[in-house]
Amino acid sequence: MEFLVDILLLSDSTLRVAGPLILAALAGLCAERAGIVDIGLEGKMLAAAFAAASAASVTASPWAGLLAGIVASVLLSLLHGYVSINQRGNQIVSGMAINIMVAGLAPTLANAWFSRGGQTPLLPSEARFTEITLPFADAISGVPLLGAIYSDLLSGHSLLTYVAFVAVPTVGWILYKTRFGLRLRAVGENPEAVDTAGISVTLLRYQAMIIAGILCGISGSALSTALGAGFIRDMSAGKGFLALAAMIFGKWKPVPTLLACLLFAFVDALQGRLQGVALPLVGEIPVQFTIMLPYVLTVIILAGFVGKMEAPKASGIPYEKDR
Amino acid sequence: MSVAPAIETRNLCKRFGAVQANDNVSLLVDQGSVHGIVGENGAGKSTLLKMLFGFYQPNSGDLIINGVPLAFDSPSEAMAAGIAMVHQHFMLVEPFTVLENIILGAEGQPMLKHAMTDARAKLLGLEQQFGFDLPLDTPVSQLSVGERQRVEILKALFRGADILILDEPTAVLTPQECDQLFDLVRLLKSRGKTILFVTHKLHEIMAITDAVTVIRAGKVVTCTATASTTPDDLAEAMVGAKISRTVTREAKDHRSPRLRVDGVSALSDHGHDALKAITFDVYDGEVLGVAGVAGNGQTELLEVLTGLRPVSSGRVELDGILINADDVQRGPTKLRQMGLAHIAEDRLKTGVVATMTATENAILGYQHDPDFCQNGLLKLSAIDRAANTYFDSQDVRPRDPTLPVASFSGGNQQKLVIARELARDPQTLIIGQPTRGVDIGAVTKIHDQITELRNAGKALLVVSADLDELMAISDRIAVMCGGELVGIVPIQDADERTLGLMMAGASGAPHSEEASA
Repeated sequence: MEFLVDILLLSDSTLRVAGPLILAALAGLCAERAGIVDIGLEGKMLAAAFAAASAASVTASPWAGLLAGIVASVLLSLLHGYVSINQRGNQIVSGMAINIMVAGLAPTLANAWFSRGGQTPLLPSEARFTEITLPFADAISGVPLLGAIYSDLLSGHSLLTYVAFVAVPTVGWILYKTRFGLRLRAVGENPEAVDTAGISVTLLRYQAMIIAGILCGISGSALSTALGAGFIRDMSAGKGFLALAAMIFGKWKPVPTLLACLLFAFVDALQGRLQGVALPLVGEIPVQFTIMLPYVLTVIILAGFVGKMEAPKASGIPYEKDR
Repeated sequence: MSVAPAIETRNLCKRFGAVQANDNVSLLVDQGSVHGIVGENGAGKSTLLKMLFGFYQPNSGDLIINGVPLAFDSPSEAMAAGIAMVHQHFMLVEPFTVLENIILGAEGQPMLKHAMTDARAKLLGLEQQFGFDLPLDTPVSQLSVGERQRVEILKALFRGADILILDEPTAVLTPQECDQLFDLVRLLKSRGKTILFVTHKLHEIMAITDAVTVIRAGKVVTCTATASTTPDDLAEAMVGAKISRTVTREAKDHRSPRLRVDGVSALSDHGHDALKAITFDVYDGEVLGVAGVAGNGQTELLEVLTGLRPVSSGRVELDGILINADDVQRGPTKLRQMGLAHIAEDRLKTGVVATMTATENAILGYQHDPDFCQNGLLKLSAIDRAANTYFDSQDVRPRDPTLPVASFSGGNQQKLVIARELARDPQTLIIGQPTRGVDIGAVTKIHDQITELRNAGKALLVVSADLDELMAISDRIAVMCGGELVGIVPIQDADERTLGLMMAGASGAPHSEEASA
């Protein structure tokens, strides 16, 4: 029975951690499918987390926070778009520049505005996306197993976590079932074909960047207004890169990307549970090592287990009309 | 009252910086005709085409389509006027299916499901009308080059094109695929379509077109009915001077094999069998041509012979010395010292470093040679002298070895590579695609040089995608298909049809001297 509770708790925190990861991975997926490498996910998440926490703290409304987070992330996305699309700059450099800029700018602004050592004030619960209890969760919690799964595991997450899981089929639907998605996938494979078909490569790529900005904005907002209660320095903690890894592991496809995110989130949840726990044979693992787990897993997976990866062919290459 | 011409251009001009790519180009293409456009590489054909379908906008001049003056700001506007282009490099998204590629940009409605249903119905009609048989739900990546070209043509028809521009459509096709294409062009013409056929192969112009326009250095030099001209006249108009072949093949008795390839197999980069038990000899005083559709092992064969790829079994001998076998692999530097020169198939990838100067490229591969290098330091004045000698001997233009190689034309880059590789008087030459991207004037010169080397008793192996070229310079032609040597045909028995069938794997050699096991 205790073992079952452990599993439930572990799964519960897996879902919790997975939310922002899924949204960020989908953001990266939309960008790369359109041919733009978005290594700035990390910076955009962090910027959104900061903007959301600041706005929510001032207005006491999580919705204002979410909006601010999205706006911040979309603006950075457009900046990355301008560098990559109009100026045909190096997308890795642009993305890294965004990461570094935000890592410094967010705590500095937080310090200037709130004078709390680079943090935003702790958000009261009415300024956060709090846990939602799904209908009938209480009523059926008594049903063995199923009741526990529904009321303990599926119920009781923040709205943004549910948004993340709904975003997966939505992005899949857009990519594979709509005209826009067909064009977006085409522009990431062969922009010249899209151009000669009379469709604007520039417009399509900007549209993709805006979608990526929105998704990444929700992801960052979730960090500071749903999972946490305020912005703290470096709170994205490499999740943007982890999302990028999940997207590659998921071969640039929505559902496999979701599964990869869940795997990473599970390991992250596991490392949380392992902290301070004495294991049989090895004893207590120092916390520094448990925290490493998700990142070590990333390296192992990307180095050995992914097999041949087929990235979108035009990904990372600026489109020039005259070659 | 006569019918307005399908395309008329008046004094079309296009400049790129200081370069006048098109200079007062006036063109007249009749409705329902096949109109040829010929010109050398860089003559301005592509620029003209790109203006016709809206990819470029002219600096000045008029474009009149079906009697209506029009100006296209984008390809979609040209498409709306019924003009479509089939590019030399196909504009297809490889992982997409044929159907997805065809509807891209012409979906008609936001939901793919309905768009595809409608498109499928329309395409079935078109396929019947024009005799296509394309698998609509197969990814384009699985189609042959000829099929991909038909996808492009079907794509144009789907968009309601009445004027089709075919840009060097036969460059990548086997002779049989060319015949199929010509049949299709004739069918399109009989259904009232107007076709602009761009090529630099003159026999195609003679075979398929009704009228022909010759462009040289951005200007129209001739515009005439095909029936009233000859290939020689067209060639002269293209180059601006008479081309004549000055070197003829002398009779040679081939005494000894210089290069022996015995049962050689090798793996491709992807680990597949790229070469399967290939056996042949190259004798001194002969040119062995190697024909085949691109990607049938020719590249791997070149690499095995030049020390760039290990064999998985079999042996390669140069002048009786083992150079590539299970336990021996001599690298390119060693082979050069043994008198083997390599003129690389993909010039920009393996022949030169495009961003470095011509001088630096002139010693590429010889940079450790004591003539050019002492104690790890380059002997710059010796290198300059060598580069200047090469420029003189091959007439490389412009005569400025300090320019980066990228700023030379393809033909002049090739001349530089040839000069470099011939400088050490090699006895055996391995040549890949000797005239790819080289203009017609230089082609003749390169062919003459190959013949001269042969007459001087060297052994040459030439891989080419151009059958005409191989027929012009080879003593024997080996045909490869699927990594196997289908057979070797002596030149007196070789004709396009026989070779084409062998290339497609449909038949063996008529009088096969040697064949793969």
